[in-house]
Amino acid sequence: MSTAAEVFGNTQIERSTNHTATIYLKEARYEFLKNLRLRVYTASVICFPLMFYVLFGLVLNSKGSIGDTHVPTYLIATYGTFGVMGASLFGTASGLASDRGLGWLQVKRASPMPPFAYFAAKVVLSMIFSAIVVSLLLVLGIAFGGVRMPLVQMAKLLGTLVAGSLPFSAMGLAIGYFAGPNSAPAAINLIYLPLSFCSGLWVPYMFLPKLVRQIALALPPYHLSQLALGTVGAGWQQSTATHWEVLFAFTLICLGVARIGFQRDQGKLYG
Amino acid sequence: MIATVEQLHVSRQEGRAADSRLIVASLEGVNKNYDAIRALRGVDFQVRAGEVVALLGPNSAGKTTAVKLLLGLMQPNSGRVRVFGGDPTNPKNRMRTGAMLQVGKVPETLRVREHIDLFSSYYPKPMPPGEVLAAAGLENLGDRKFGDLSGGQRQRTLFALAICGDPDLLFLDEPTVGLDVEARRTLWDEIRRLVKRGKTVLLTTHYLQEADALADHIAVINRGEIIAEGTPAEIKAKTNGKRIRCVTRLSVASLLQIPGVTDVRQDREAVEIHASEAEPVVRALLASDASLSGLEITSAGLEEAFLALTQDNSGNANRQN
Repeated sequence: MSTAAEVFGNTQIERSTNHTATIYLKEARYEFLKNLRLRVYTASVICFPLMFYVLFGLVLNSKGSIGDTHVPTYLIATYGTFGVMGASLFGTASGLASDRGLGWLQVKRASPMPPFAYFAAKVVLSMIFSAIVVSLLLVLGIAFGGVRMPLVQMAKLLGTLVAGSLPFSAMGLAIGYFAGPNSAPAAINLIYLPLSFCSGLWVPYMFLPKLVRQIALALPPYHLSQLALGTVGAGWQQSTATHWEVLFAFTLICLGVARIGFQRDQGKLYG
Repeated sequence: MIATVEQLHVSRQEGRAADSRLIVASLEGVNKNYDAIRALRGVDFQVRAGEVVALLGPNSAGKTTAVKLLLGLMQPNSGRVRVFGGDPTNPKNRMRTGAMLQVGKVPETLRVREHIDLFSSYYPKPMPPGEVLAAAGLENLGDRKFGDLSGGQRQRTLFALAICGDPDLLFLDEPTVGLDVEARRTLWDEIRRLVKRGKTVLLTTHYLQEADALADHIAVINRGEIIAEGTPAEIKAKTNGKRIRCVTRLSVASLLQIPGVTDVRQDREAVEIHASEAEPVVRALLASDASLSGLEITSAGLEEAFLALTQDNSGNANRQN
């Protein structure tokens, strides 16, 4: 007896690894183009951290120091963390919430797109924009803030922050699955801005009130900023491993939450 | 146009049960609920290879739900959904399927050409981009961003995404909503061309005219139930007229001879006569059978559904379904 696949001529359909790789690349490329052309995204994600840095790092305190660290150098790490968080949260959550809520994700899901390509594209986008923000901060710091550091150190700082995009992309996916298409940006800001403040991204950690400093220990951006500061020799007490562990655990929790949302979507109608 | 008795009989003899063509998509006893709302109730429905099937019904009749089930976008509460003999979520089946759905928002900053390029890449043997643009009537709009397109152009872009992979089975959910007359005709022509190339199409619509123009087979759906199925001629015959029920000693054959009678069915001891107008038929019945009893006249079953359809045609373009 012939199988259903034979009767319907399904047997010869097989996607090569090459073809799959092409899809992932195209998905990421168009996700990038889509957001690059989206002024709301580029403006808020790139301009805000740069503006803060220029104001607080270059105009007001360029000669000062925090602990033993030159202010413009210190602030690249903290505003870098701030920028990475913004690029990742906005890069994943708002797009996902809108695609989900307004039907576009259903069109994609109905197509033969490998489902993971959609999420991978958003994560890649977040990492690229994170890299852009941090690189621009470095350029500004070097050009106008007298920031000097060896290339290896610079690469470490950039690499740490770009890797730090992952936990926040995961967080964005979780938010994207539970926020409405129009309320997502507000929801992101509601989480992003207080989190940034309490983690010492705007006001350096040691200047925060004692209570906030204790809260910060539980916040992922604090741990990423400490890792970034560690690469320029300005980290706080905890060990590097602890920071990575916290971020790793946080990533897993967020992915778990996103997975619940993903599965919930399979049985439900939107729009 | 009202189908003649002969046409009806011929089509019934060659009934769909005897159709040997492969069933490429089907709903088998499917129930689908959204919380308290019963979107589909015990729906049985088949799409055979190489035919255009129209799912015709008013808004919120369950058309979109049926399509989404067939696309594997959701699961039925009970019953079975099959596409190419298997699970609709099977990636291999999806590589042979294209879909046009009603979408609230499509990424607006990507160009038409870029959208097509991306969707084409999902399929094993996509059509060349130039052909896709031409087929969807988008020749000069390839470089336009989606956000800069008119409503009709957006609709055609979604159609382009559905066909770009050259799929064997095409699901079109309300494909011509928001299109002007000319664009609608162009799309119809394109659907006909696809069928000529051996493709199978399931489309939903609330225009009887559209179903009539395109479909080989129409299933009328209302309130989650398929209330009629048949060729366009059969369906049209049912859209107006009355149902006369009575107990008579006249034979079915002689009843069919009465002018205005379009269908006769034996129902236990009574017969059910379908006629375009009740009065002349009743007059003829009473004249030839004095013992006739249990006379009942009701509107034909489709009236309610088609009343809703007519309302939609008169400009109530509500896209929620």
